[in-house]
Amino acid sequence: MMWLIGLGGSLGAVLRYWLSDVIKKRHTQSFPASTWVVNVVGSFLLGWLAGLYAADAIGEGLWYLFGIGFCGAFTTFSTFGRETMLLLQANQVKTAAVYVVTSVAVGLMAAGVGLWI
Amino acid sequence: MLMDVLLVMAGGFLGAMARYGLGEWVYTDDFPLNTLVINLAGCLFLSWFLTFIGLRGCVSRQMSLLIGTGLTGSFTTFSTFSLETLQLVQAGSVFDAVLYSLASTVGGLLLAYVGYSLALSQHKAGGAA
Repeated sequence: MMWLIGLGGSLGAVLRYWLSDVIKKRHTQSFPASTWVVNVVGSFLLGWLAGLYAADAIGEGLWYLFGIGFCGAFTTFSTFGRETMLLLQANQVKTAAVYVVTSVAVGLMAAGVGLWI
Repeated sequence: MLMDVLLVMAGGFLGAMARYGLGEWVYTDDFPLNTLVINLAGCLFLSWFLTFIGLRGCVSRQMSLLIGTGLTGSFTTFSTFSLETLQLVQAGSVFDAVLYSLASTVGGLLLAYVGYSLALSQHKAGGAA
């Protein structure tokens, strides 16, 4: 089962890498939009998968592959923490606050929407 | 380009498995301590690592993709953090949900700063030698 998590993790990581490349090319403002989008979308997907898994609509294998592996690796907390610190160091306190509060609040709501659909 | 993709994938493979392994090991029933520890450790490490290699200037981009984007990016997770916060709220543990969110965000920020400062002081000490 461990290798399913690893496989999902490798796919999630590479999709995050690719998306951040695409978004950073189009979006040049200081707000870390790529991490924000990845974290919110991943929270929605994980909520949705958790609902399916709890209802026995998907088995343990798919949960390991896409839930723990893919969604876990697609989203990231370490980059979120570092980006917040960099915004504060650049004296962009308001942007940092908006980044943290909206990531947490919208991520929570996205997981909720995913779980309930 | 293909090499970059393979390095991120290899890091992601190891990071996700390490997250699961460590998560099972630190598992507690009523509070998501495992995810908190993983995310805080990842914030400390990533910030130290990126500052360290930024100052050194001689560490390859490939290393940063494997260890930073791949391994540490996949080791830490935001989706599980969101889901667990939601589950705490659903279970009626609103205080724990608030505590978990604050400990993750404020703690992550502080540890990112500790990692940054550590790399900076190591660089200064190394430069003097």
